[in-house]
Amino acid sequence: MKSTVLTPPAPAAHPPQIAKAKTNYLTADFGWKSWLFTVDHKRIAVLYLVSIMVFFLIGGTFAILMRGELLTPKGDLFDADTYNKLFTMHGVVMIFFFLIPSIPAVLGNFLVPIMIGTKDLAFPKINLLSWYIYLVGGGATLYVAISGGIDTGWTFYAPYSSTYANTNVAGAAIAVFVTGFSSILTGLNFIVTIHKMRAPGMTWFRMPLFLWAQYATSLIMIMGTPVLAITVLLLALERTFHIGIFDPALGGDPVLFQHLFWFYSHPAVYIMILPGMGVVSEIVACFSKKPMFGYHFIAFSSLAIAIFGFVVWGHHMFVSGQSAYAGFVFSFLTMLVAIPSAVKVFNWIATLYKGQVSLETPMLYALGFIGLFTIGGVTGLFLAVMGLDRHVHDTYFVVAHFHYVMVGGMVMAFMGGMHFWWSKMFGRMYPEAMAQFAAVVIFVGFNFTFFPQFILGYMGMPRRYHQYNVEFQTLNVLSSAGASILGMGFLMTIAYFVWSLKWGKPAPQNPFGAKGLEWERAPSPPPTYNFEEGDKIIVTEDAYAYTSEEPAVIAAHEVKK
Amino acid sequence: MSGHHIVSVKLYFGVFFALCALTFLTYWTALHDYGAFNTPLALAIAGVKAALVILFFMHAKYSSKLTQLFAFAGFFWLAILLVFTLQDFMTRDLLPFYFWPKA
Amino acid sequence: MSDHAHSTYGLVHHFDDLEQQKETGTLGMWSFLITEVLFFGGLFGAYAVYRSQFPDAFQVASAQLKVGLGAINTIVLICSSVTMALGVHAAQKGSKNGIILGLIGTLVFGAAFLVVKYFEYKEKWDHGLIPGYHFNSHGTFDSLHAGPAQMYFALYFVMTGMHAFHMVIGMILMFWLIAKARKNYFREGHYALIENFGLYWHFVDIVWIFLFPLLYLVGAHSGAGGAHHG
Repeated sequence: MKSTVLTPPAPAAHPPQIAKAKTNYLTADFGWKSWLFTVDHKRIAVLYLVSIMVFFLIGGTFAILMRGELLTPKGDLFDADTYNKLFTMHGVVMIFFFLIPSIPAVLGNFLVPIMIGTKDLAFPKINLLSWYIYLVGGGATLYVAISGGIDTGWTFYAPYSSTYANTNVAGAAIAVFVTGFSSILTGLNFIVTIHKMRAPGMTWFRMPLFLWAQYATSLIMIMGTPVLAITVLLLALERTFHIGIFDPALGGDPVLFQHLFWFYSHPAVYIMILPGMGVVSEIVACFSKKPMFGYHFIAFSSLAIAIFGFVVWGHHMFVSGQSAYAGFVFSFLTMLVAIPSAVKVFNWIATLYKGQVSLETPMLYALGFIGLFTIGGVTGLFLAVMGLDRHVHDTYFVVAHFHYVMVGGMVMAFMGGMHFWWSKMFGRMYPEAMAQFAAVVIFVGFNFTFFPQFILGYMGMPRRYHQYNVEFQTLNVLSSAGASILGMGFLMTIAYFVWSLKWGKPAPQNPFGAKGLEWERAPSPPPTYNFEEGDKIIVTEDAYAYTSEEPAVIAAHEVKK
Repeated sequence: MSGHHIVSVKLYFGVFFALCALTFLTYWTALHDYGAFNTPLALAIAGVKAALVILFFMHAKYSSKLTQLFAFAGFFWLAILLVFTLQDFMTRDLLPFYFWPKA
Repeated sequence: MSDHAHSTYGLVHHFDDLEQQKETGTLGMWSFLITEVLFFGGLFGAYAVYRSQFPDAFQVASAQLKVGLGAINTIVLICSSVTMALGVHAAQKGSKNGIILGLIGTLVFGAAFLVVKYFEYKEKWDHGLIPGYHFNSHGTFDSLHAGPAQMYFALYFVMTGMHAFHMVIGMILMFWLIAKARKNYFREGHYALIENFGLYWHFVDIVWIFLFPLLYLVGAHSGAGGAHHG
């Protein structure tokens, strides 16, 4: 018999709570100063959320313009230079200002201290500084965009970027340089927090897998980003003072630029995907009501991806002129790096097997992630094979591959995570039926947008071209149509989230019946110091300690108040 | 109690003299030509100096294993960057692409 | 030692106790130093690649540097590391004056380093060795070596310049630390800030330990290790 009031599987000392009129971190203080000078990790997460959404919309606008141009084979909407600037800015904005910060800066900032059982991150002021640095870098990038943009591609390859481009490359390089420090500081904070501030009883192997994922991500952030920083700094110096460092006329080597650039930028894609995998682990466990199958495997695979991810960067350079021997090494290692990712997928599926699976919105996104990330991932393996890469390098095949992992993977995970923890962050439920509908719209729109691009790339359509041969038009029209559907799905989601802030149902403490300190011990939304006054956090059970006696998940809309 | 080991002033000065001696050594060996060993030798001496600074001035010898791991990790990751980048440039002629047109 | 037990001087609210706070700060600084290793490491990587490709040009270019000045600067920085270590030692012993003396000593040696650096840079300027459009304006290098020599000097200036920039930041921070020390901020065992700053300063020393042989001593054995100007 289902109870009408949802009881979270927690000791009796913590009865279910509807968000009462007690102060929480949102209502603790009012006024712009209390937000702009906050050191509360939860408020900083919200600040990041707003900023990231702004950049997501800007990057999305560039994408819509590009897909508009690609409806017809001729370059009729924009000229070549403008189109070059569009795809460059789309890449720069989406990668540096949306994908890389997204889950770490929003969900990570919000949840890491709570999941660990502590009051804040190790360095709260540095956390705030990281947001301000992000704003400065973002502002600089917008300035570069408005003052003419750059057309080098987000990869800034020399010698075009260093010697021949007529756009504000130095400005963009400085903007990226600054933004990198935001990432570094966030990663540093997480690493130190996870090492030093776990609650009593919270051993490494009792941590939720989201924390393992954040930890691995943070390792990449601190070890990879500095190399990007010095690379773009050298580029800026080259542009400004013509020091000659990448100038072939003096003996400089553009391939060296690529090595230094990709040393960061390949691990960067793992910065983008690992947090998403952490979110998926949390969602899959909760909505299967089962402990995570192969917890240790998933935990270690996060570390393995972070570490292996650093020795595969040359797979972006198979046709650059790097030596055949280096190509062999990088190709082999790239195939190895797929293994930990596959381990995760198998463990998620094993968790789903014979679980009490329910299809709430977060679970829809998590399942979408598993399927789409698998497609994206195996096409990555295709690209790891030098023979195939030679033909599809710089074609739409590559574009489709990374959009499958980044949008089909990462963005889906971000959406899933936002839906899963929305009630925790804001004390309101999103409208479930509409959210499920939007999830399907996004899934359908996404596949219509990007699956044709695999075929286009295989047929030979190059990337970064504003015009193309007539035989590619049908698939391009399909892709652009899909993009508009995808865009509508995103706009719908943003709309109902904003709506829910004022008119959504007040959320119970644990609407999904999940395990974890953020669900069992922290109210929705939490107070400034995360847990109730005097609530001493001592961890005694493993993560995901679901048992078969747990009540089935009661959808939030079924909860009678 | 943090159990913090306090290094003696004598040890600091001992390390100081060792560092000065090694500086002189690296200068002196640089005046001679050891062929292919020039650079490895200079790097080895620099490595010993750096190790002395890390172990004694930065107290790594007396720190937790975690701290030592962090100190090691930075240099290990740098080694990855250097080795994997140099392996490209140093093997350019090793396995030529037979199917590229002859230069 | 046991005066930590009842003093919570300096405990920040989100930490459980002083020990956690201290360990957190130290780990944070080591994490930051990892990022610095990789940051400078990118430059060392570029240097390694270009030196392996242009050994002769690098030798000729390096011969333009005065080894003596480089060696003096190496010793000066080592001295600054010693004074820094002694300052931390004084902090551990709770000696306010020792802290201030150590920091002032480090400042003095740091300043001496920068003065020598200034003269070195000025000399490069006078001899047309600044990379850019006017490089080699004095014809120091023949056409075969001029290109790679400019790469060498580009790396020389960026590497030593970045190093000097880190030193300047450190010296500014030292003024701030001296001010705090004079207000007796580092009492009752609350000296983690000095210790962590010391870690930063020693790291700056380590960068130079590698810069000196790689930049100054490349051409020394060919007898060109003196002051040669074209």
